[in-house]
Order: sequence, then C-alpha cells, then structure tokens
Amino acid sequence: MIEGLAALYIFMLAGFTGYEIISRVPVILHTPLMSGSNFVHGIVLVGAMIALGIAETSIEQFIGFIAVLLGAGNAVGGYVVTERMLEMFKSSDKGSEG
Amino acid sequence: METIIQASYFIVAVIFIVGLKQMSSPVTARRGILWAGTAMVIATLVTFLDPQIIDSDQAATNVGLIILAIAIGGGYAWWSGKRVAMTDMPQMIAMYNGMGGGAAATIAAVEMLKASREAALDPTEATTIADALNPDVAVLAILGAIIGTISFSGSIIAWAKLDGRLNRSKLLPGQHFINAILAIVTVGFAISIYFTGGDLTPIIVFFSLALVLGIFITIPVGGADMPVIISLFNALTGLAVGFEGYVLGNAAMIIAGIVVGSAGSLLTHLMAVAMNRSVANVFFAGVGTDSGATGEGTQGEMKEIQAQDAGILMAFANQVVIIPGYGMAVAQAQHKIWELTQLLNDKGVSVKFAIHPVAGRMPGHMNVLLAEAGVPYDMIYDMEDINANFKTTTVALVIGANDVVNPSAKTDTNSPLYGMPILDAIDSDNVIVIKRGRGAGFSGVENPLFFADNTKMLFGDGQKAANELIQAVKELG
Repeated sequence: MIEGLAALYIFMLAGFTGYEIISRVPVILHTPLMSGSNFVHGIVLVGAMIALGIAETSIEQFIGFIAVLLGAGNAVGGYVVTERMLEMFKSSDKGSEG
Repeated sequence: METIIQASYFIVAVIFIVGLKQMSSPVTARRGILWAGTAMVIATLVTFLDPQIIDSDQAATNVGLIILAIAIGGGYAWWSGKRVAMTDMPQMIAMYNGMGGGAAATIAAVEMLKASREAALDPTEATTIADALNPDVAVLAILGAIIGTISFSGSIIAWAKLDGRLNRSKLLPGQHFINAILAIVTVGFAISIYFTGGDLTPIIVFFSLALVLGIFITIPVGGADMPVIISLFNALTGLAVGFEGYVLGNAAMIIAGIVVGSAGSLLTHLMAVAMNRSVANVFFAGVGTDSGATGEGTQGEMKEIQAQDAGILMAFANQVVIIPGYGMAVAQAQHKIWELTQLLNDKGVSVKFAIHPVAGRMPGHMNVLLAEAGVPYDMIYDMEDINANFKTTTVALVIGANDVVNPSAKTDTNSPLYGMPILDAIDSDNVIVIKRGRGAGFSGVENPLFFADNTKMLFGDGQKAANELIQAVKELG
C-alpha cells in the first residue's frame, strides 16, 4: 500500500512528469495527445475491476458493474480513436515506419 | 502473487509515461499508443489475479460480472470508435472521457457504500465513513467522487452539444449565481458524508447534486469554447482517477491519473491561449457576452472569380499556401484539395498548408483531417512558421476558414476578435477565398479580407469548387 507522505511524493513527481511531457508538443499533435491521455486515464478500469471484485451486496455489485462498464468504455474507446488518428500521420518520405 | 501484481503495475506506469512521451512527436506517436495499449492489456489481465478479488466471498459472481461488463462496455466503445468520422472525433473523445470520470465516481460510490455498511454494522469499530476508510482516504475518495461526477455529466453535455443533439448555449438569468450556490451545497453534502455513518441519503443527494452541477457548468459554454472544456474535463478525470487510485492503494492509477491531470491542465491552458481566451473566461463568461460590438463596418465590394481563372493563377504561381478551415472538412473537400496539391506539385508549384491553432474543432484537429486525406505532415505548417512566408506567396487559398484570417483581429480594437493571432493571408499577392455564401464567420464578425483589393471570392460548395479547380489545372495540360 502507498500511504501518506510517500503518496504525496508520487503525486508531486507524477504532476511534474505530465507537465514536462506536454510542454514541448507541437500543435499538430494536440488533439491526438488529448485523446491519448484520455486513453491513459482509462487505467481507471483496473480500479473499477477491484471495486466490483470486492463488492459484497447486490447494490455494490450493481454500481461496481457500472464502474467496470464505463472504465472499459474509456480504455477501449480511447485506444481505438487515438490509434485511428495516429495511424494517419505519415511523412512524405516513402516507407517511413510512422 | 502480490509482488508480481505490484511489479506489473509499476511497469505499466513506466510504459504509460514513455508512451505519452512518444505520442508527443509525430515520428514516434504511433508506437506510443501501441505500447500504451499493450500496457493497458497487461494491467487488466494482472488485476484478475488480485487476491482481494480472488478471496472475495462472491469471487465467482464478481469475476463473471467483470468479464461481462468489460465485454459490453469495451465492445460498445470498440464499435463506436471504429465507425466515428474524423470530423466527429472531438465529441467521441468527450464521451469516452466522460465514461472515465463516471468510472472514477462509481468506484468512490462503492467505497462509500462499503464504509457506510461497516459503520452501520459495528459502531464500536467505526461510526463514520471517515473512520471506516481512514480520514485521508475518505477525503480523496469524496474529492475524486465530486470531480469524476462533474466530468461525467459535463462531458456528456459537451458530447451532446458537439454532436448537434443539444442546441445552442442557454444562459439562465443568474446562471453563475445558481452554479455557485449549487457548488456550495454540493460541497456541504460532501463534508456531511465524511461524518455520516450508515445513512445512505446524503450519499445519494451528493451524487445527484454533483451530476446537476456538471450539467449546469457545461450548458452555457459556447461551441467554439468546447475543446477547452473537453480538455479540462480530461484533466479532471485524470485527477479523479489518481485520487481513487490512492483510495484503492493502486500505484498505476495514481501515476497515470496524476500525469494526465497535470498534462491535461497544461494542454487546456495552451488551447485557451491559442484561442485568445482564458480558462476562467470560458467558464464564467458564457457565450457571446463579450461580443456586443461586431467591429466597424467594412468598405468596398467582394470581387468574384471563376474557377477557371483561379486555376490558371495557381498553376503559374511560385508558391501556393492553402489555409483550410472547418468548413472544408464539413464539405468533405480535403481529398480533392490534396489531389489539387499533387497536380500543382507536378507543375513545379510549391504548396504548403497553413494551420491556425484553432482550425477545426480543437487544436490539431485540422492536422488529423488533412492526414486522413493523405497530406504528409511535413507539408503542414503552424502559424508561427508560415506567417513570414505570406509576403513571398503568389496565391493564398482560403477554404472554409474565416475568422482565423480576419485582419481586424490586428487592426480593429473594437472587434471581438481583436488580439487573436491570425494567419497573414492578406500579405500574399493574391488571396482566393472559397466560400459558400456571403455571410459572416462563426463569430458573426465581418471579414475585411474578403473586401481587400488582392482578394477574389470563389463562391460555391467546397468540394465542388475544389473539383472545378482540379479541372481547370488539368486542362492546362
């Protein structure tokens, strides 16, 4: 488990990491990158699975089910649209690996 | 087992960061999403081995439900994501983002219900949700719940508006006052949850209020500001996911969530700056409140040109700069424009594409639309890189764009567009504007460029006009 101060450090470092990643991005990639980061927070699916996995009453199971449903939608949908957008970025040089 | 799971989450977090980094360069972007996708699959599979799930009293039922929910949610998202048109991408991102926010909020709901039940069962152990969860966990669970719920209902509204299912922005009298009251009451219930025990009423009221708050915040936002709001909700969902990650003690969720939260906040700021708006402005001004004046009237007349003549002008040009706008995408003219570009290239004309930061529905959207038509990204130039080139440009071809080439943004202090950076198309020798009719642009502001001496108007549907230009150039042999 991650607790207290250790978590605070993780929050801080992750915050700077996100800032650094974005700060040198060309405008051309803003939409795909927003879509890509949208996909990355699809990791919420994992939390939703745990929430449903530890549910004990039927109301908890129901809400947990909704959580997994939505989380899976976020992860899969985010991946599909990002991949479709980035697939199209080609250079005019032939045979670039993209 | 626990070690394997934690190690996997650690690797997943690393791959996410590397993947996002790769997505920030056009050369490696594709690889970035493939890596991140693989990491997501690993994270999902590993979670099935989680002892909390396996040792649960209802393990069999719950695992079955998990698989069913993934199949339905993932299946629907796969199906809808594969068939959505590139022009509709922004609203789909909003929708998937809303789902993530909803997931974070529902995770919090499950945790609250469990804690509430514990408090009700055994008051000697814990009397409130805060006791049952530990105070720090309870605070972050509740915060994540508010943020996630607002992001959920707000994103759904954003999707509905961009998809044309919910028309126009409505601003109730005193909307900001109502929103403020609503926000305060919601926070009040959030605090009361912290101190309640077995009672479910405050939890239900709290989630309902947060849902309504998300709707009310988003309803007044105008269409042009939508990308900023979507990006903001994206950042908020990230934050909510990070907070719920702490609640569940899941490092991968914390890291991925917070990275997206901060990256998304910066992206939101960059978008707002590109559109000459501040984030606060987008939120609190609503649409149109600052556009009382439409700028001074324009003098002169529009001069028409036929496709034939326009084609000749371009075929014998040294350099042509094409300035596409959302109108081009609506007319589905991008493929024709690319065909025209190739023809001109064959004749030795240098062709460049100039993209304003807010062309399309959000920054970078136009690049995606051009990429879809097959235009290589090294022919596409950002505003800062191309603006100096207009002075040596023979023909600037404006198709479906308007406000982004409006010179009154530079010259007329009364114009609502004043201060917005524009593409200096007016500096080129000739400007050809392909336009459906004589009306004003999205902002309702007259465009003096259309009346300038070096501007000629080619009236008609974008695709039809592009077709005629292709014919004209071809006929020259």
